[in-house]
Amino acid sequence: MLRIDELEKAVLASLAEQMIAFVAPAETSDSSDPLAAIVGIDEVAETPTDPALARMFPAAYRDDDEAAGDFRRFTERDLRANKIANASNVAACIERSGEKIVLTGDEALCWLGFLNDIRIAIGTRLEITEENHDELAELTKEDPRSGLFDVYDWLTFLQDSLVQLQLLDS
Amino acid sequence: MSVTPVEIARPLLAEEVDRPWITIVWNDPINLMSYVTYVFMTYFKYDRTKAEILMMDVHERGKAVVSNGTREEMERDVTALHSFGLWATLQKDD
Repeated sequence: MLRIDELEKAVLASLAEQMIAFVAPAETSDSSDPLAAIVGIDEVAETPTDPALARMFPAAYRDDDEAAGDFRRFTERDLRANKIANASNVAACIERSGEKIVLTGDEALCWLGFLNDIRIAIGTRLEITEENHDELAELTKEDPRSGLFDVYDWLTFLQDSLVQLQLLDS
Repeated sequence: MSVTPVEIARPLLAEEVDRPWITIVWNDPINLMSYVTYVFMTYFKYDRTKAEILMMDVHERGKAVVSNGTREEMERDVTALHSFGLWATLQKDD
């Protein structure tokens, strides 16, 4: 069982809302093919310029830009929708929760996916590497990155705890 | 490792010829070791030992081949791994 207090719930709900806005696909222009839009294919799809989005929607082919572009056109919209669905599910679970948040297996998967996405978004902003983790942990309170790192560290604890619970069940 | 002599001249099975693509998972500083193990167990249905060996390969060697098959199958695996938030790519197995 994981304990999440009211303040933490509010932080998670706010992060879920921000994630939904962050990964929402760009509006398609009027000239786009309506049928393609319905089936979730983008006419043009490029690697996102934002480093966090680029990490969340990576190129599927390393040495073949054309294949990577095709893959992105056919999959990225669904992938974005999937991440939005995870964040929405987390927000809904928090909304309906009382003193306890009880998750089904499917919901736990949504939470794990969301926690991973939000850690990627924040971790990329903090430019976390395997070497600078301790350095970031020791930032003074005056450093603007300090608060963000505290949130990151807490999300890491939350995700790892949830994984351990899932592994116990499996 | 022992080799069974009678199998030396065995022609390749159709499925072996047809499985020339691989999915690779790359190391990154954010994904948790426990979560990567969990994803390999959940998505690929690998047992915990195999999942942990693959996870350690990703962590220590920078990458690991996690599955092989047809190009379509590997595109499906990469899509799923991206939805779990792992950094995965596919390529022809040279």
